[in-house]
Amino acid sequence: MRVLAAMSGGVDSAVAAARAVEAGHDVVGVHLALSRMPGTLRTGSRGCCTIEDSMDAQRAANVLGIPYYVWDFSERFKADVVDDFIAEYAAGRTPNPCMRCNERIKFAALLEKALALGFDAVATGHYAKITTDAAGRRELHRASAEAKDQSYVLGVLTAEQLAHAYFPLGDTPSKQLVREEAARRGLSVAQKPDSYDICFISDGDTRGWLAEKVGTAPGDIVDRTGAVVGAHEGAHAYTVGQRRGLRLGTPAADGKPRFVLEVRPKERTVVVGPKEALAVAGIAGARFSWAGADPVASGLVAAEGDAFDCEVQIRAHADPVPAVARVATDAAGSAEFVITPETPLDGVAPGQTAVVYVGTRVLGQCTIDRTVSAVPVDA
Amino acid sequence: MPRRDPVYLDHAATTPLRPEAIDAVTHALRLVGNPASIHGAGQHAKRLLEESREQVAATLGADPIEVVFTGSGTEAVNLAIKGLFWRRRAEASARRILLPGGEHHATIDTVEWLAGMDGAEVVESPLDGLGRLRLDALAAELGRDAASVALVTMLWANNEVGTIEPVREVAELCARAGVPLHVDAIAAYGHVPVDLHAIRRETAAPAGAGLVAVSVSAHKVGGPVGIGALVLDRSTRIEPLLHGGGQQRRIRSGTQDVAAAAGFAAAAGATAAHAAAEDERMSRLRDRLVAGVAASVPGARLSGDPDPAGRLPGNAHFSFPGCEGDSLLFLLDAAGVAVSTGSACQAGVPEPSHVLLAMGRTEAEARGALRITLGRTTTDADVDAFLEVLPTAVERATRAGMADRVTSFDR
Repeated sequence: MRVLAAMSGGVDSAVAAARAVEAGHDVVGVHLALSRMPGTLRTGSRGCCTIEDSMDAQRAANVLGIPYYVWDFSERFKADVVDDFIAEYAAGRTPNPCMRCNERIKFAALLEKALALGFDAVATGHYAKITTDAAGRRELHRASAEAKDQSYVLGVLTAEQLAHAYFPLGDTPSKQLVREEAARRGLSVAQKPDSYDICFISDGDTRGWLAEKVGTAPGDIVDRTGAVVGAHEGAHAYTVGQRRGLRLGTPAADGKPRFVLEVRPKERTVVVGPKEALAVAGIAGARFSWAGADPVASGLVAAEGDAFDCEVQIRAHADPVPAVARVATDAAGSAEFVITPETPLDGVAPGQTAVVYVGTRVLGQCTIDRTVSAVPVDA
Repeated sequence: MPRRDPVYLDHAATTPLRPEAIDAVTHALRLVGNPASIHGAGQHAKRLLEESREQVAATLGADPIEVVFTGSGTEAVNLAIKGLFWRRRAEASARRILLPGGEHHATIDTVEWLAGMDGAEVVESPLDGLGRLRLDALAAELGRDAASVALVTMLWANNEVGTIEPVREVAELCARAGVPLHVDAIAAYGHVPVDLHAIRRETAAPAGAGLVAVSVSAHKVGGPVGIGALVLDRSTRIEPLLHGGGQQRRIRSGTQDVAAAAGFAAAAGATAAHAAAEDERMSRLRDRLVAGVAASVPGARLSGDPDPAGRLPGNAHFSFPGCEGDSLLFLLDAAGVAVSTGSACQAGVPEPSHVLLAMGRTEAEARGALRITLGRTTTDADVDAFLEVLPTAVERATRAGMADRVTSFDR
């Protein structure tokens, strides 16, 4: 098939492209320019575009003997990822920009452009597996390399997107093997360091960067009864689960440390409380999608709305927790994905994505709109 | 799309080496001798170097002493602009640089660097819709306070849209105002007459003013990459960029590259000898290409001067509304046709053309631009091949352009 290999300039996407070539596909390398000012992005960041990263990607494509181009997605990236990131924080939620980039740039804007230009698939260096079930439907699974598994950030992909996605690294047991393979293939990026930070925040200071974009909006810090216990310069600077930097004037009655429980930017209010109050007994979101066949088609439930056993993961590197999930539809017909973990989850913030697994398979995801505390207010 | 013999229509980026240049370079590469050395080997190298300089000077209407070899056209532009600015600031406290829109990045970035780091004041001078410098605006700016103007810089012909600029008229304005003028002739050289002395004479240029500096590059005329020249009027003083052994009248220190100069001279000489016939042949091919595009791609819009006499003979430049330049470039490349979206940028990112923006076109139009440039080796068959693959490519790139805006995968 005709494969467009998205090449970030890192070792994973270079080896993914190499494997696509070796598998006999007709491969073209494309580097996504995500900023008009390449110097403002972090070098070495996943999927990003400093001049150095672009040059690394081009050199890898040359070594593989495939054509290479740079395509400008800076406007889309700004609108769909960067501005979304700012808006989410300003609204008191905690977004995952890498997920947004997969959802809207790599497997939407790029994929659609690739299909229009005659390609069959987009290959990336993500660690995740795509398999085909007995009925010929595609499924998304965790990677063989447990430590590098990126199925979480791909949980937003739909059946249509999975049909054109290609992850050549999914079966490789470790990143070390990918590095060794890169060295064997003569790819100069074999030892290029990983990066885990947000690519569009060049100095890694997310708080400072946000303060600049969102501005200051002073307000109160309150406890769960509504009593004012401190002040802040801007609610967006706080994340659910945060303990440090609260500078509370009034100590807690029991003298124990307090944590951020909730951020309400519209009211310019940050709610704090004891650690136990962070525990979340349930999460729900109206924005959900299935990574392939839905629960009914997958044979998990007999009818839509029935509950099924699964595991839920709320961060890229969090441990999955056993849970029961169902799609609840209200009288007005609006549906919500409701997930009840077996044991309470800690530090869940609206805006985060809950990815639901059945075994190694990614079933789907929802963006968390609301959480249900495991601890009543007067506890 | 099927692959065919490669069709190269990006001669403005670089054009194949002329056989005369290959011979001259390979001959000179076998010689030993630093032209600055006193012994016989050095003198032999020096003689070859100076013969080359004479030959290049003859194609530019300059004295050999006025030809300063540089490592590239970009270096020549930097040397002219920074060298003139530093000297004019020191001697006359002049800090303003008149910068037309749509210049090459070698000029824009140099001027911006002087503004950011060295106290220059940039005065932008507008273009008309064809990409031609507006003389009325420039004259008004020069009339305001000529003494504060360090220099005027401009293109002899625009490297993207091919528009030939009114150099003689601007030279006259500058001569009268007592302001030095640098002209980047890198795109124009070899295609339109570039004659320093003729223009200085015709515009009665006083010492150090009017047209004083012209930048050219060897590889655009079939010479080797890695050598350019600044033609600098002998009455004009500038500050050097590079300090060292004091070669080339201390204007450009560094051991001189005899082989590159020999290749440059051979290419320049051969280009000048065939210029009239070649330009006529290229214009004919270009006109056929322009007519073919107009007939086969509805909505295609020619940028630059529609009058063939007002643009470089090998240049055609189109916008295809709704069509992404990078998609088009990819599809044509896959079909074996090499063209360009404009001038190549850092990291290979195809940005919307700043030239088209300076001509008053929208960002959408500036994104769907394609530059096709013909050269010495271009044949009728190349034009036919281009015209054959273009309509399908435009149709497909337009679809991809829509995908680029809104996708069906959006939720």
